[in-house]
Amino acid sequence: MAEETKMQDVELHRDAALERSSEFENPGLPPHRKRQTDLHPEKAKRAERTVFTWFLVSALGSIVAVAAYIAVPITPGDLTTTRMNNLLLGLGIALALLSIGIGAVHWSKQLMSDEEHVDLRHPTRGSDATRAKAVEVFTLGDQESGFSRRSLIRNSLIGALAVVPLPAVVLFRDLAPADEVPTDVFAHTMWEAGTRLCLDPTGTPIRAEDVSYGSAFHVIPEDLEESEHPLDEKAKAAVLLMRLPADALNESPERAGWSYDGIVAYSKICTHVGCPVALYEQQTHHLLCPCHQSTFDVKNHCKVIFGPAKRPLPQLPITVDDEGYLIAQRDFTEPVGPSYFERLHDVDEDGHVQVAGTTTEQRA
Amino acid sequence: MAHRSKKTGRRHPLASLGLLVLGLVAAGGVSTVVGQVASADASSQAPTQLTADDGEQLFQANCASCHGVNAEGTPEGPSLIGVGAASVDFQVMTGRMPLAFSGPQGMARTPQFSQEQSDAMGEYIAALAPGPDVPSEEVLDTADANVANGGEIFRINCAMCHNVAGAGGALTEGKFAPDLHDIDAAHIYEAMLTGPQNMPVFNDDNISPEEKADIIAYLHFLDENPSVGGFDLGSLGPVSEGLFIWIFGLGGIVAITVWLTAKPN
Repeated sequence: MAEETKMQDVELHRDAALERSSEFENPGLPPHRKRQTDLHPEKAKRAERTVFTWFLVSALGSIVAVAAYIAVPITPGDLTTTRMNNLLLGLGIALALLSIGIGAVHWSKQLMSDEEHVDLRHPTRGSDATRAKAVEVFTLGDQESGFSRRSLIRNSLIGALAVVPLPAVVLFRDLAPADEVPTDVFAHTMWEAGTRLCLDPTGTPIRAEDVSYGSAFHVIPEDLEESEHPLDEKAKAAVLLMRLPADALNESPERAGWSYDGIVAYSKICTHVGCPVALYEQQTHHLLCPCHQSTFDVKNHCKVIFGPAKRPLPQLPITVDDEGYLIAQRDFTEPVGPSYFERLHDVDEDGHVQVAGTTTEQRA
Repeated sequence: MAHRSKKTGRRHPLASLGLLVLGLVAAGGVSTVVGQVASADASSQAPTQLTADDGEQLFQANCASCHGVNAEGTPEGPSLIGVGAASVDFQVMTGRMPLAFSGPQGMARTPQFSQEQSDAMGEYIAALAPGPDVPSEEVLDTADANVANGGEIFRINCAMCHNVAGAGGALTEGKFAPDLHDIDAAHIYEAMLTGPQNMPVFNDDNISPEEKADIIAYLHFLDENPSVGGFDLGSLGPVSEGLFIWIFGLGGIVAITVWLTAKPN
């Protein structure tokens, strides 16, 4: 007898035995509590006035925004007048929008019906009749259009759709220069043998004797402004020129001829993702990239000593011409800026000297 | 009654605290008075005209322990031969020298010497070897300076460390480029000319004296004109702006959400 009762208490549900006594009883909805505004008409009246006030404030905000825009104008030529104009305009519009929201929420919370209701969710699966009807409609459509029967039309339609994205491919490809290999654009800069190093932005050529110890000169090639796209060229050719005391400079013998009397020139484009590296500390000779804190050691051919950059900054070999102006010996021996797949192909085998101890260079 | 009287007077529980406060106030007052007397001594020693000899004496008393008795430098401080009067004026009159404490960077503070004393030391240092001189009034005159050009030169040469708005920024290993607001024109000029601490040198062939005046005019324009875009949050960029929006923006959204779902009483 006792065993029978036990069997009744256990229910098989999806292969799992559930004990009925462990089920929770549906507690149902908690008893509805009336709000103060439901119980006291004067409080409802007050809530009504509050909501009205918020909507009134919103209208005032809109008017304030228009009035402020007219009363505090932006004077042409005086940028600073933008500040007060924008501030009042923004405050007015913010007040107008926020007050509508606050009023609406207050209205729904205090005055609209807050009786709890239960809405049961209907099952997602359609009834068998609906499903059968859908299949029937599709079959009929196929028969009437002949989509399965007329395979020539169907296949040519699929073919036409497949060709549709082609113009987009051509358009996006043409974002890179079409008349040359795109990576050639990265591989070479404006610097060539004899190009004078000039000051950014004036373009004044720099004499070696004018570069004092501890200096940092921001350098562009001399004929930058005559080039077809000066900004594009500057983005690759920007160089930082520094002069270090001879005992601070620790040059590798193969690159000894690349500097002039302690003056060294390095690409300003970070080898990580291409930010301009120009935070030069003249005592520690560290070059810091402001974007991700890659730190390069100018003493040792700009080897990476900290941060996410993987390669030293490319060095521009420099010398002086007859008149004492600093000139480039040649272009960079490797592509400047961040890595790309074909980078190692663009490293100039003849002139390039890898910086000792940078095994990471092979990772491109 | 007896119980209450025990808790008054010098046996009161707060008596020791009161004594402590009294002691601190007294000690602080005495040290302030002594300090004032000491500085009064210093200024009374400073008549209007000091010579390079006075400068040498001041140097021996205040600087020689680090920079060497002949300013030749020691392991604690660099040689000052050839740094010029401009360097002395900048370092002393911004309070960076004498160093308040050794650390990654000498910090600006209230100058420890009068302008006359600083000038005398500058004269002494300039007499050791030629170096950049203190800029003249004409050089610092920004009346007809080109603010827009100053802004461009500043963005090319200075903004990467000092921030586009001159708000300063971090460097490596605890060093930083200082905020450039409300800096005396002469000190801006001298800093460019001499490259104090880790700042690079910008000599007159790199940035001409006219361009330096333009930069000063640009920095002073920033001082005098509020940010066009409203509250600038220190002009520090994404750090302060991000903090603001995370705390006040998200905080506001959380508060509104709580209000939306709270039951009305």
